[in-house]
Amino acid sequence: MRVTNHPILGPFHRRSEVTIIINGKVITAIDGEPIASALIAAGIKTFRITRVRKESRGYFCGIGLCSDCMMVVDGVPNVRTCITPVKEGMKIETQMGFEGERGDVES
Amino acid sequence: MSGLVAAIEASKTGAKVLLIDKNANAGGQLVKQIHKFFGSRRHYAGIRGYAIGKRLVDDALTNGVEIMLNSSVFSMFGTEMGIIKDGEEARWLRAKKIILCCGASEKAIMFPGWTLPGVMGAGAAQTLINVHRVLPGKRILMIGSGNVGLVVSYQILQAGAEVVAIVEALPKIGGWGVHASKILRCGIPIITSHTIKEALGRRKVESAVIVALDKQNGLSSKTERSLEVDIICLAVGLKPSIELPLMAGCETMFLGSLGGRVPIHDENMETTQEGIYVAGDCAGIEEASTAIESGRLAGTAAAEKLGYLSKESAYDSKEKIRRVLNDLREGPFGIERMKAKKLLNQRAKTLYIHNDRGKTQDA
Amino acid sequence: MHRGISLTGSPSIQELEESPGFPSKRRLLKGPIAVIECVQEIPCDVCGLICPYNAIEVSTLKSLPKLIEEKCEGCGACIPLCPGQAIFLVNHNYSREKALISFPYEFTPLPEVNSMVEAVNRLGQVITKGSIVMILDRESFDHTVVISITVPKKLAQQVRGIKLHREE
Repeated sequence: MRVTNHPILGPFHRRSEVTIIINGKVITAIDGEPIASALIAAGIKTFRITRVRKESRGYFCGIGLCSDCMMVVDGVPNVRTCITPVKEGMKIETQMGFEGERGDVES
Repeated sequence: MSGLVAAIEASKTGAKVLLIDKNANAGGQLVKQIHKFFGSRRHYAGIRGYAIGKRLVDDALTNGVEIMLNSSVFSMFGTEMGIIKDGEEARWLRAKKIILCCGASEKAIMFPGWTLPGVMGAGAAQTLINVHRVLPGKRILMIGSGNVGLVVSYQILQAGAEVVAIVEALPKIGGWGVHASKILRCGIPIITSHTIKEALGRRKVESAVIVALDKQNGLSSKTERSLEVDIICLAVGLKPSIELPLMAGCETMFLGSLGGRVPIHDENMETTQEGIYVAGDCAGIEEASTAIESGRLAGTAAAEKLGYLSKESAYDSKEKIRRVLNDLREGPFGIERMKAKKLLNQRAKTLYIHNDRGKTQDA
Repeated sequence: MHRGISLTGSPSIQELEESPGFPSKRRLLKGPIAVIECVQEIPCDVCGLICPYNAIEVSTLKSLPKLIEEKCEGCGACIPLCPGQAIFLVNHNYSREKALISFPYEFTPLPEVNSMVEAVNRLGQVITKGSIVMILDRESFDHTVVISITVPKKLAQQVRGIKLHREE
């Protein structure tokens, strides 16, 4: 859900769009925005699954301090999606535990 | 904000100033503050936070401040810092004086279900809606009625989502009455003496159970109520970000009224490590107006020590700032912080005597 | 600290009547007057700096704003500039039956002029219907719009806004 019009900030002037791939699904994102922002806009809330209890974790602190938003980005695990900007063609996957195993999660 | 102000103040005296920020933009929290600020003219009162941020960055650049962005200070040995800029190699830099304006981070409370996606800091939600223009959800429960909880609730409404309720554990409103009045007029209930019992949902927040606190602060189960929400924002306080002061060896003191552990500093904002100053929320959680003034104080004091200001003119400037700081801390909301700051300054004096630094007090 | 505002978030009538920013009944019946509902000592003096008639006095940073009734012309310049959105304009004599209430509003979409809206009290409760007479949105207001609505006179000191207007 994008805030397209805002009483103080005015209409949303989109910078150029990019496409990113989340768990195999192609979505559009705004160039330069954090990965987490693009995913939340697309309705995705689970970013990683905990190793032992297989619980969902998502966006929490928003400033790169808590590690809940970490995902596998272009094959690299433990990327803090709340402070990492999107790039054209970026591949993002739900992180399973901390080993960076790929996997699917039923939402 | 205090960093920009300190940089401007110091550079105006002729000192060479480098401002380092780990973010892509300078200004800290200002970039996401869309409300008009309080205070007086010298605090840019009546102007929206993001506009103050732009103004300060312009002022800094005009005054010759060098700004290094996307750069983290990861280590400190005295006034020598290890800096790493995104995509580059780490390097070491030594400064004659360092002013640490690292701001604050949000506290959290724990309850069953707090790890579900959809539970987030109020500041985190604010960043999403005001900077990235993304709504984290449609129906928000706000925990905490301090200024952050009240202001962010209002901004969530402005962004087009609903705030189902604001829940406050104390029997009174935490923040300023005018912020609360504004949100009440929008029809949002502020439920005091209540807390959140649990968050429920399958892999995301789907509902929350709130409950009243009885006189012994126990949960009074008869009063449980379920609310259909998809986001739970935690606005339960800020604490100073003191990683760098600690790394640099600065001594700290725990003061609840200032948010937690605070670097001990004197009336010049200098810490127990000579040459290292603190300003803004890093020196204790206060307001934007006090952040501006403490930034001015630290910038002036550091420039004076480097010889860019005479003792007399520095004294006049610093005394004026200290008077304003005192005025800002008067009134029911500031009085505890005023006491805490006095304690910090007193402890600083004692420690300097012990450390034999031979600091002379201002006449 | 006052009981009403600090316990509920909304000032009680007693707190308002005791505060120096609240106009007397006598002055209220004379015509448009600013109503400052700022009853806590917080460090802020913006209103004291902006009144073109010097009708607001804030002696120290934490002082409650004082309304100087005789000087207030009811121009409403203060409404959009208070960062706390705590200033309103009440014109008790707008018409034989209606009072005009002006208040700050920072939401989109804006209601339409001449439309009927639900008017709310300080607690956000809908207490009457009002008609939008004017919507002022000047650049100097910096995105704080001033809306004026007519309400029955007897509710002039209760109505302080409208129910949030949302997209259909």
